Amino acid sequence: METKVNLCGIEIDNPVIPASGTFGYGYEFAELYDINCLGTFSFKGTTKEPRFGNPTPRIAECTAGLINAVGLQNPGVEAVINEEFPKLKKCFNKPVMANVSGFSVEEYAYTCEILDKEEQVGWLEVNVSCPNVHGGGMSFGTDPKCAAEVTNAVKAVTTKPVIIKLSPNVTDIVEIAKACEEAGADGISLINTLLGMRIDLKTKKPVIANTMGGFSGPAIKPVALRMVYQCYEALSIPIIGIGGISSAEDIIEFMLAGATACEIGAQNLVEPYACKRIIDELPAVMEKYGIEDLSEIIGGAH
Amino acid sequence: MKQEIFKIASNTQIAPAVYKMTLLGETDAITAPGQFVDIKIDGLYLRRPISVCDLYGNTLTLIYKVVGEGTEKLSESRSGDELDILTGLGNGYDLSLAGDRPLLVGGGVGVPPLLWLAKELKLAGAAPTAVLGFNTADEIILEDDFKKYCENVVVTTVDGSYGIKGFVTDGMPADYSYIYCCGPEPMLRAVYGASETSGQFSFEERMGCGFGACMGCSCKTITGYKRICKDGPVLKKEEILWKQK
Repeated sequence: METKVNLCGIEIDNPVIPASGTFGYGYEFAELYDINCLGTFSFKGTTKEPRFGNPTPRIAECTAGLINAVGLQNPGVEAVINEEFPKLKKCFNKPVMANVSGFSVEEYAYTCEILDKEEQVGWLEVNVSCPNVHGGGMSFGTDPKCAAEVTNAVKAVTTKPVIIKLSPNVTDIVEIAKACEEAGADGISLINTLLGMRIDLKTKKPVIANTMGGFSGPAIKPVALRMVYQCYEALSIPIIGIGGISSAEDIIEFMLAGATACEIGAQNLVEPYACKRIIDELPAVMEKYGIEDLSEIIGGAH
Repeated sequence: MKQEIFKIASNTQIAPAVYKMTLLGETDAITAPGQFVDIKIDGLYLRRPISVCDLYGNTLTLIYKVVGEGTEKLSESRSGDELDILTGLGNGYDLSLAGDRPLLVGGGVGVPPLLWLAKELKLAGAAPTAVLGFNTADEIILEDDFKKYCENVVVTTVDGSYGIKGFVTDGMPADYSYIYCCGPEPMLRAVYGASETSGQFSFEERMGCGFGACMGCSCKTITGYKRICKDGPVLKKEEILWKQK
């Protein structure tokens, strides 16, 4: 059974990648299991300056998922390098995916340029799709020109593979993905969360303090799968599939749609051992469906 | 933290909308009073965090109030059912600062997590006093249990139907070595204002994961941003920054 895949020029042991915002900077989960079993992981979305994020409540229960409106809480790129990386180095010996967000094109470029120089960073995942911040995040990922502009600016100052993480809250995902590819992106991740909300019947007000938030979990899987499938037809760069993945079967389904690797998000929050379990289950599930080599099934449904 | 399967030994109503559940299972990850567990409930996505009320060997006691869909479903579970639980979550209370006469102040379902604390403080040689606040006599829980471990147990009711009429602050003694507090935020604020010693306060927030991964329950403190689920739920009095209203 071969689970290795090549993600933008870097071979990873398996396509299982915890998604940004559900895995901190890794060491919290290293207390639970040896995180070196992962393909890699995408660390907590990092910005130039430290951020507290949005007021609480930031979390709401939904059918087969949750809404979060954390708002990119992170200690800022400088503290990530000086404080989080040394802790990560003790528990993770593989290249990590650095997830970056920003509020201007310059800020994206600034943070990526710094992280690009870090030995532990294998890929830069540029989040142009955070639905929880104003004047940044998703506003860059809902317009092909803006997404291309961010891609260009980041590519100009970095040497490592640049993966653009896209928002599903758009009319035509393919147009935006293509704009990123044309601007030099080495890969794309999709999807980030769907903009959603809940209202508390007792208070008759939104549950989330910020009114709306990003909806994720098993409920969004068909939407994510459809977008991966559509983008695979139009692109020649690798795609990371994200959205409601909670089993080895889901990984295979996303790879058949066209994903080279997959990120697991919400499931980590309700099942802390989820990624380890999925990695452990993969060989048996591959065997069940007659799959010898995972990389051979990428896009197999087309 | 550990993920364990527990078997429900009992699940009974002890006051209006308040249930006591005893569970059997591996409890070794639970290391301090004030910690909580996070329970998977069939049909719901997020786990539900509930404070540890008491721990004895492999028997875990939880007391919870039905406040929504999750606790409603939990209240319908029966002895013999199994629950998937993350145990040993949160920091819990630091007993080393208690002094010889600590004061424990709890309100409503903030009372149960203080019971195990009272037991441990007594075991450590302290003589705790407890002030337990409720709305009305019907809602009073655990008074006799606290009497096993405390020198004094003062009960207050808002409507005056039992004990001292008023809030927990009306029942607080003048002299104590340290304060431990758990209850709704308005009560925490009042006790914070009324207390003259140092102390520890346990906070509540709507949580995503319960173990520090999602940043869903963050709060600002004097010593920086803290996750209620991982760096809390217990905060030292000196580090509390109250939210602007």
